[in-house]
Amino acid sequence: MLAVEVSHVAKSFVDKVAVDDLSFSVAQGEMFGLIGPNGAGKTTTIRMMMDILKPDSGEVTILGEKLNESTKNKLGYLPEERGLYKKLKVMDSIVYLASLKGVDRHSATEKANELLNQTGMSASKNKKIEELSRGMGQIIQFVVTIIHDPQLLVMDEPFAGLDPVNTELLKEMLADLRKQGKAIILSTHQMNQVEELCDRILMINNGQNVLYGDLREIRTRYRGNALLLDVEGELGEIPGVTGKRVHKGYTELILDGKAIPQQVLTHLINRGMVINRFEVATPSLNEIFLKEVGKKA
Amino acid sequence: MNKTLLILRHEFLHMIKRKGFVILTLTVPVLALIGIGIFQLVSPGEPSVVETTTIGYVDEAGGFDRFTTHGYIELVRFSTQDAATAALIIGDVYEYFVIPSDYLSTGAINRYTLERQLETPPSISTAIKNFLTSNMLADKVPPETIYRIEAPIDLVTTRLTETGEVATEQGGYGNVIIPAIFGLLLALSLQAASLYMVEGLGDEKESRLIEVLLSSVSPRQLLTGKVLGLGAAGLVQVVVWLASLPLLLNLASSTIGGFFSTIQLPANFLVLGIIYFVLGYLLFAALSAGVGAISSSARDGQPITMLYALLVFVPIWFASLLFIFPDSPIWTVLTIFPITAPIEVMLRLGVAGIPTWELVTSLAVMVLSILGALALSVKAFRIYLLMYGKRPAWGEIIRNLRSG
Repeated sequence: MLAVEVSHVAKSFVDKVAVDDLSFSVAQGEMFGLIGPNGAGKTTTIRMMMDILKPDSGEVTILGEKLNESTKNKLGYLPEERGLYKKLKVMDSIVYLASLKGVDRHSATEKANELLNQTGMSASKNKKIEELSRGMGQIIQFVVTIIHDPQLLVMDEPFAGLDPVNTELLKEMLADLRKQGKAIILSTHQMNQVEELCDRILMINNGQNVLYGDLREIRTRYRGNALLLDVEGELGEIPGVTGKRVHKGYTELILDGKAIPQQVLTHLINRGMVINRFEVATPSLNEIFLKEVGKKA
Repeated sequence: MNKTLLILRHEFLHMIKRKGFVILTLTVPVLALIGIGIFQLVSPGEPSVVETTTIGYVDEAGGFDRFTTHGYIELVRFSTQDAATAALIIGDVYEYFVIPSDYLSTGAINRYTLERQLETPPSISTAIKNFLTSNMLADKVPPETIYRIEAPIDLVTTRLTETGEVATEQGGYGNVIIPAIFGLLLALSLQAASLYMVEGLGDEKESRLIEVLLSSVSPRQLLTGKVLGLGAAGLVQVVVWLASLPLLLNLASSTIGGFFSTIQLPANFLVLGIIYFVLGYLLFAALSAGVGAISSSARDGQPITMLYALLVFVPIWFASLLFIFPDSPIWTVLTIFPITAPIEVMLRLGVAGIPTWELVTSLAVMVLSILGALALSVKAFRIYLLMYGKRPAWGEIIRNLRSG
C-alpha cells in the first residue's frame, strides 16, 4: 500500500493556476522530497493532501484511502508557518493536539515527556508557548507532529529558521522515523537538505511536474560529459578530451561525445601518472533545479 | 472521546479561565452583596426622631385656626405678612403662606420660602391642603369623613387567573426588575462571547494553527466544538447568576425591605432564562464563527460582530415603551427575531407575560437560526479558510456561499 498517491490533481485560484495535472506517489518507509521555487505550488499540493483544500479535479489517497477521520489520525503535518496557542503551556498544547489525533491523555503525557527529553525541552514543559524562542517553538511543533506515531509525515520547510544544532537534531529524528518505516515528505527549497536526506523527489514549477523519480537516477541523467581530476605533473594531450578548465585544486576535463571516463583513466594510468582524484562530474540538485527552472521560465 | 467533544472541552476550559469571563460572572453576586453590605453600614439601626418643621401662615380669609398639626409639620399663625417674613428671615419658620381674603373664590394660596426649589415638596403641599380642607369642613361633617376626604383611596389591585383564582404573579415593577437586569447582563455577556469567538478563530488563523487543527478534524467538528464550548461556558455563567439570585433577594428583602420585598421572579423565569441564555450564546457563537471564517484576523472581524452585537440591545433601548404599551405587535416581532429574542423575552416575562405560541415560535426560530448560522459558517470557513490577506467583498462572499 502506498503512503500517498496523488493522481492528476489540479487547483486554480481566482488569479492563477496553482497546481496543474500533478501526479506522484510516495511509498511507505520512503523519504520523499517535494521541491520547487517559491510559489511553485508545493504548499497547495500539501494542503490538498491534507484535505484543507479541495482539488478542482484529480484524486488523492492517503494510506490507501481517501482522507477521513481515521487516516487523519495516522498523519502528522508540520505546516510552513508555525503556530501554537500562545497562552497555553507547552505540555497542555501537546496533549490537546495529540488528543485530536486520537491519543488518550495519559499516553500523550507519557510520550510528550519522552519526546521533550529527547529534544532537550523538558525544562520548558510548564512554560507558556509565548515564553519560548522561535526555534524552541518549532521543536515543540515538531513534537506535536510526531507524538501520535503517524504513518505519514508531511513537513513543509521543516528546517527553516532552525539553528544548526536543532537542524541536526531534527535530521537525526527524521532518519530514525524513516528507519521505523514511516513515509516522510519534505517540502523545501533547500536543495542540500533534500540531497542529503531524500530517496526520491518531485520537482515542480508553476504547478507542473518538472522532474520526478529516484534522486540518484536523476543526477546520473543530468550528468554532463565531464571529469574532475587532480593529478601530479602535466596532463598533456589526452585522446577524447576537447577542453580543460582549471579550478582551485582540480581540473575539469570536457570529453567529446564518444569518449568514456574509463578510457581516460586507462590512458592516465598507462602514462604512469599519480592520480589524487578522479571523479565523474555529477551536477548538484541545485544545479539541476536552476537548469530546469531556468529552462521553463 | 469524540473530537467535537474534545474541542468543546478545550474551548470551554479556555473560556472560563478568561479574566473577562470570570469578572463578568462573579460581578453580579459580588456587587449585589457589596450593595447590601453598604446599605446595612450606612442605614441607621432604629428610625431617628424626625424634626418638626414649622410653617407660618397668614389668614386673611379668616376661619383657618384649627388642625395646625399635620404629621411632622406644625403650622403657626401670624397676624400680618410682615411678621411672617420677619420670622422666616430669623429662621423661626421654614416658610410661610398667605390665605388671601378671596381664597374661596380663587383657590389661590401664596407661598413664601428662602429655598430655591423646582416645585413644592409633596409633604408640604399635602400638609397645606389637609389644613385647608380640615378647617373648611370642621363642624360640617364628622371627623372620620374629613380624614377620608383627605385620603380617599388606597388602591389594592389583585390579579386573577382565567379561572378566577388569585394569580401567583401579581405584576408591577417588582416583577420587572430582575428580568430587566438579567436581560442587560445577557446582552453584555453575548457581546463578550461574540468577541471571544472571533478573537479565538482570528488567532488560530493568524498563527496558522488552523492548518494543524484541520489535519486532525473537519471544519464542522472544529466549529461545532467551538460553538458548543462557548454555549457551555454561557450555561455556567447563567447558573451562577440564577443560583445566587434567590439568596440575594432574600438577603435584600430581609435587610433592606421596602421595594426589595415586593420583588418577585416571574413564572418560568428560571427555566426560560437558562434556555434563552444558552440559545443566545449558541446563536452568537455560530454567527461569530461565520465572521471569524470570512475575516483574516481578530482585528478584521471584530467590527463586523458589532452589527449584531448592537442589535441585541434594541429591546433594552425600547424597554420604557414596552412598559407603557405592552400589547404592541412590535414586541412580538422582537420576540421572534432571533437576535433580539433572548432579551425581549426576559423583559416581557416581567411586564405582561408572553403567549405560548409566541414562545414556541421564538424558540423554534432560534434553534433553526443556530443550525443555519452554523451550516453557513462551516461553508464559509472552508471557502475562506486560508485567506490571510484582505477580507473579501460582501458580494463575493454571498456568491461563493451560493455556489458552495
